[in-house]
Amino acid sequence: MEPATKTETLDIEGMTCASCASFVEKSLSRTPGVQRAMVNFATEKATVDYVPTQASPATLKEAVINAGYGVVERAPDTSAAERSAEIDCQKALAYQKLKRRFWVAVGLAVIIMPLSMLMLWPAMMARVNMQWLNYSLLLLTLPVLLYSGREFYVSAWNGFKHRAANMDTLIAVGTGAAFLYSLAATVVPGFFTSRGLMPEVYYDTTATIIALILLGKVLELRAKTQTSAAMRSLIGLQAKTACVVRPDGAEVDVPIEQVQLGDLVVVRPGEKVATDGLITEGSSALDEAMLTGESLPVQKQVGDPVFGATLNKTGSFRFRVTKVGADTMLSQIVKLVEDAQGSRAPIQRLADKVSAIFVPTVVVIAILTFVIWFDLAPAGTRLPLALVNFVAVLIIACPCALGLATPTAIMVSTGKGAEHGVLVRNAEALEKAYQVNTVLLDKTGTITKGEPAVTDFWTLPGQEAAQLLPVVAAVERQSEHPLAEAVVRHADAQGAASLTATGFRAVEGKGAAATVNGQAVLIGNRRLLADEGVSLSPTLITQAEQLLSQAKTVLYIAVAGQAVGLVGVADTVRDTSAAAIRKLQALGIEVVMMTGDNPETAAQVAGQVGITRYFAEVLPQDKAGKVKELQGEGRTVAMVGDGINDAPALAQADIGLAIGSGTDVAMEAAGITLMRSDLNGVVTAIELSRQTIRTIKQNLFFAFIYNTLGIPVAAGLLYPFFGILLSPMLAAGAMALSSVSVLTNSLRLRSFDNH
Amino acid sequence: MDTPAILVTVGGLALAGFVLWYFFFSARQTASAVSSSGGVQEVAITVKGGYSPDVIEVERGKPVQLSFYRDEENSCSEELLMPDFSIRRDLPAFKTTLVELLPKEAGTFTFTCGMGMLRGSLVVK
Ligand SMILES: [Cu+2]
Repeated sequence: MEPATKTETLDIEGMTCASCASFVEKSLSRTPGVQRAMVNFATEKATVDYVPTQASPATLKEAVINAGYGVVERAPDTSAAERSAEIDCQKALAYQKLKRRFWVAVGLAVIIMPLSMLMLWPAMMARVNMQWLNYSLLLLTLPVLLYSGREFYVSAWNGFKHRAANMDTLIAVGTGAAFLYSLAATVVPGFFTSRGLMPEVYYDTTATIIALILLGKVLELRAKTQTSAAMRSLIGLQAKTACVVRPDGAEVDVPIEQVQLGDLVVVRPGEKVATDGLITEGSSALDEAMLTGESLPVQKQVGDPVFGATLNKTGSFRFRVTKVGADTMLSQIVKLVEDAQGSRAPIQRLADKVSAIFVPTVVVIAILTFVIWFDLAPAGTRLPLALVNFVAVLIIACPCALGLATPTAIMVSTGKGAEHGVLVRNAEALEKAYQVNTVLLDKTGTITKGEPAVTDFWTLPGQEAAQLLPVVAAVERQSEHPLAEAVVRHADAQGAASLTATGFRAVEGKGAAATVNGQAVLIGNRRLLADEGVSLSPTLITQAEQLLSQAKTVLYIAVAGQAVGLVGVADTVRDTSAAAIRKLQALGIEVVMMTGDNPETAAQVAGQVGITRYFAEVLPQDKAGKVKELQGEGRTVAMVGDGINDAPALAQADIGLAIGSGTDVAMEAAGITLMRSDLNGVVTAIELSRQTIRTIKQNLFFAFIYNTLGIPVAAGLLYPFFGILLSPMLAAGAMALSSVSVLTNSLRLRSFDNH
Repeated sequence: MDTPAILVTVGGLALAGFVLWYFFFSARQTASAVSSSGGVQEVAITVKGGYSPDVIEVERGKPVQLSFYRDEENSCSEELLMPDFSIRRDLPAFKTTLVELLPKEAGTFTFTCGMGMLRGSLVVK
């Protein structure tokens, strides 16, 4: 049998040519245990198949080094932070370069402009040698063209070779035409004068257009970096180091990359939690706003999960690492936001189609403009007029604004959403959420907390509740029933004394019994007491019926054979639910509730939160059907749910919102995930989507209007009627302005706040 | 119409025709993916004023690794968008950026630059 091989990919550095690659390949192939080695020079990667018993990544690395090259150490998974830091650095450099090019263009344009104006001043004109002046202007313009504007020409040429046209094509052809015409007028003025034409030069036009377009680019780049600001601050939240407890008990600060699964990490007050894990020792209040958008600190105890990047407020604790790197909650959020930012909103499709054919179409329009002006204008001015309009059409028609309209708004709003604990899966989900007019809420876990809590602790007259509670809690502490947990939580919250129970026994389906302080204690349902021969007094029965009528579960308490009290347990409505539902209704959305409970309980909860329409006794498998039923009424339905059994309904809905970080299944099925376990997230999501789509519509309208009006004006359509011509310099200014205003509009989303 | 006008008209119309043909109707460069030993379909793409190759054929259901080498500095091509796969990537200049994806359905999926000007397509068979 052939030995099992492993495949390793190495990042090779230092290769300068294809023969370097073959050196590395040979060296790797000769290493014992290597079965096959392939080196790709272009990607700087080596792919090696080897037998793990004979070779290891370390020996492979050695082989590469022996060949005279290096191996770039890759972290198990290059973290988003590192990647973005590197790209940020590159972008900063590009921005510096761009600014330098812009200032050179501005500096020279400022000299070129007044020099060109000299021509308009007859007294000066007589004294200045035209020929000499034109050559000086040419010399001044060359650096603008070759240094400041170089990128446009290179990019246009690269695009042309690939049969692709981009915005640089327009700028390059426009300024190039103006410059070449001027060059001809400077070098061979006789050609023009002999044909009755003034050898006019357009150096000022060329230089000013380049300066203005660079100004637009500088502003654009600056605004663009702000569109991803929320995202970058999210990545930046990651802790840099962690204080790990070594097996010998020593506490050592290590870089976050070295933290491994199963490590024990100490977190002191005021520190960031390094990565995800479970608390093993201590307790504290944690600020999880960075992940959930919830501003109140969350109390955490032994056994509770903690998440990387959250802030430890009060106590000190230790936790066992359960997730590192790309698996952590923060990384997942970043990944989700990144994915959303790469997606396309259906609303953008028209813009996409237009930009695909835009540039060549504009070039054709510009050529036709030139021809028509040349044919129709008076003979003496036809060449300059044709040229000026040709340039104006090319320069004003830049599709930047169109291209920026949707993506920038999506960038800002998805990042903003993450800040508020609203994770949008893709741009389409945002657009769907915008159209929603009906929100279907699953009661348990969304409107209510989804876990039972003690609502009433009632004792017969003559019994002290404060005395009885610790006794009951002592029994329940040993039970694992959810209702028992609710009682224990209640007792702890009341600060009840801790007693010990002996002889605990659970009675299946009924309750529990134990001895506390020498007295037999029973706690459970009515059957338990009946079976144990405890009779109930009429007052107790009346009280129990009253609790039952409120859709509560009743636990009966008996001490030493006497029924002494009742505990009312119910799934309670979240404090925020009623207000959030009111806000949704104020947005013009109908809120509908769905629950597996009986109609009375459903009516009870619906009444509490102000919902008028609800479905009761809905079986888990029928949830999706209810969504369909609403859709059948012609509604656009948003389904809000938290559990695995909600997944089909979340998928069936026009947009699914998984609440409370949910399960992976629910997240998969949902278009939007709400990190916060309350309905305010639904309000935030819908408001955010409305603002985003409104912004996109404004952007698209602005970009389309700008081009549909700009091009005919630049082509000179108004000239026959009003004598209006658009100077190419004005066109350049308008172009710069258009993309900047679209960006500024998108950036307004940054001030989105949900009250 | 005098001679120059006729020359300009004929020349202009010819040029316009050429532009339309050149950008819209000329042949594209197609390449098929090469499968590596691990079953990953690898394609190297150079980004310089466009994507070459700009039509990439891959098989359905197998992971695809596209390595984009951006051989220019101008800002047009700095972002890569593959909306059907929810991918937005920055392509640093003169560096190779790997993009991994798993095509689950057959069809033609476009990829573009950040503003949708440069285009290429991934044909999944
Ligand atoms: Cu532009």
